[in-house]
Amino acid sequence: MISVNSISKKFGKQQVLHDFELRFEAGHSYAVMGPNGSGKTTLIKSILGMVLPDSGEILVDGQSIQGHTAYRQQIGYMPQIGRYPSNMKIGQLFSMMKDMRPEVKEYDLDLVNQFELEMIKDKAMGTLSGGTRQKVSAALAFLFQPKVLILDEPTAGLDPIAVEILKAKIQKERKEGKLILITSHILNDLEELTDQAIYLFEGEVFFNDSIESLKEITGEGRFSPAIAKLMQWTLKKKTSTKSLTHA
Amino acid sequence: MLKLLKYALYDILKSRFALIYTFFLFLIAVSVYQISDDLGKVSLSLMNILIMIVPLIAAVFATTHFYNNLEFIELMLAQPVKRIQVFLSQLFAVILMLSLSILIGFGLPMLVWGADSGLLILLGVGVVLSAVFAGFAFLASVMTRDKAKAIGVSLALWIYFSLVYDGLVLYLIYSFADYPLEKPTLALVLLNPVDLGRILMLMQLDISALMGYTGAFFRQFFSSNTGWLIASSALLIWIVFPNWIALKVFGKRDF
Repeated sequence: MISVNSISKKFGKQQVLHDFELRFEAGHSYAVMGPNGSGKTTLIKSILGMVLPDSGEILVDGQSIQGHTAYRQQIGYMPQIGRYPSNMKIGQLFSMMKDMRPEVKEYDLDLVNQFELEMIKDKAMGTLSGGTRQKVSAALAFLFQPKVLILDEPTAGLDPIAVEILKAKIQKERKEGKLILITSHILNDLEELTDQAIYLFEGEVFFNDSIESLKEITGEGRFSPAIAKLMQWTLKKKTSTKSLTHA
Repeated sequence: MLKLLKYALYDILKSRFALIYTFFLFLIAVSVYQISDDLGKVSLSLMNILIMIVPLIAAVFATTHFYNNLEFIELMLAQPVKRIQVFLSQLFAVILMLSLSILIGFGLPMLVWGADSGLLILLGVGVVLSAVFAGFAFLASVMTRDKAKAIGVSLALWIYFSLVYDGLVLYLIYSFADYPLEKPTLALVLLNPVDLGRILMLMQLDISALMGYTGAFFRQFFSSNTGWLIASSALLIWIVFPNWIALKVFGKRDF
């Protein structure tokens, strides 16, 4: 459904994405992992068209996203740090977002109800705590029943009850066959919510396969140790390339 | 596009700055009208104030507005709307607000105490200068990633066009005083939107007679139809060109 064809991106001298080749298919749930600054958010922002890659192209449903905006109707995006106009009220924000997608008539209000956002709809966005803002971001991402959900560190900053609500919601959408993309550092969450693992390291795709084969390749039975092993391998690779360049 | 403009305008009008700015202009206009009954003197005083203040406010306000609304812009870019629409809605909202402030702040006293063609042109010049400097400010904002730097660039442009440029022109005129300078000066005026606005205003007043032979030449030029056409196209280019480049940069910017 989404294919990323050899995209590269540099910010100044730093190569953030290097020749990325990825496929995201409907019905699967992808865990995008990697250390800080490995290019996770840049990858996501490239898919959304907020960051424009230097080379390569991104196809959604077989069509290049360059110069197109309509495809974003199908994407629900929950940013890592939700930044909203500070003197806008929650209720106004929701009606504005609905106004932006007039074709959608049926809203998914599960999260709005469970997070009880209706009760605080007159609060200004600028006065909200980080966690409440995350709840608003999550509710907005699911509001239009999109086919694709892109969640950038969805559980960071949420209280345990909210985390459970959100995870249950993600599971529900997964069962309905949606394409889900999650970045996170919380491996337990990822193990529960995803079936495909993508590991990024220093701007390159280091691993991209199902979680089953990840366990097989690393020889670990469980998810966390498997990822730990993957991280060790990346570090080894780093030192070996270093010794090569110094030689 | 209209929806985006609606929300952008709503946000600006809520910011209270619009109200203060309008009231400030209104106060200036009222006090100037109290000092003199002669409309010519009123327009001259108002012009001197407008030509300094309006570009300054436009430059600073548009830059701060862009950076304060970066969140809103980012939010919109993840939605199914075109970048060009996001940019233009912000730009038009800023220009609309600045123009409305001038039209109301200066226009209301004019309605009460009367106005001549000079004062009406003054309103037009105010609106045009707001648009030009909003364009400079947006250009400075999209080219930098830092609010302070963007404000610095906007202010530098304001100082250049309002003060430094005139100094350079005077220096040139004195250095080449032995040569006929009417046409070069005219060309130099076209290269500065602030000067262009000022000359257009002065031509409406009697004092242009005091400007000697150059004044007479200018008067002849700007009272002809071609002169007006050239002057207004120059101003139009000053509005469109910076904004067009800013739009191009905005289209390629990473958020």
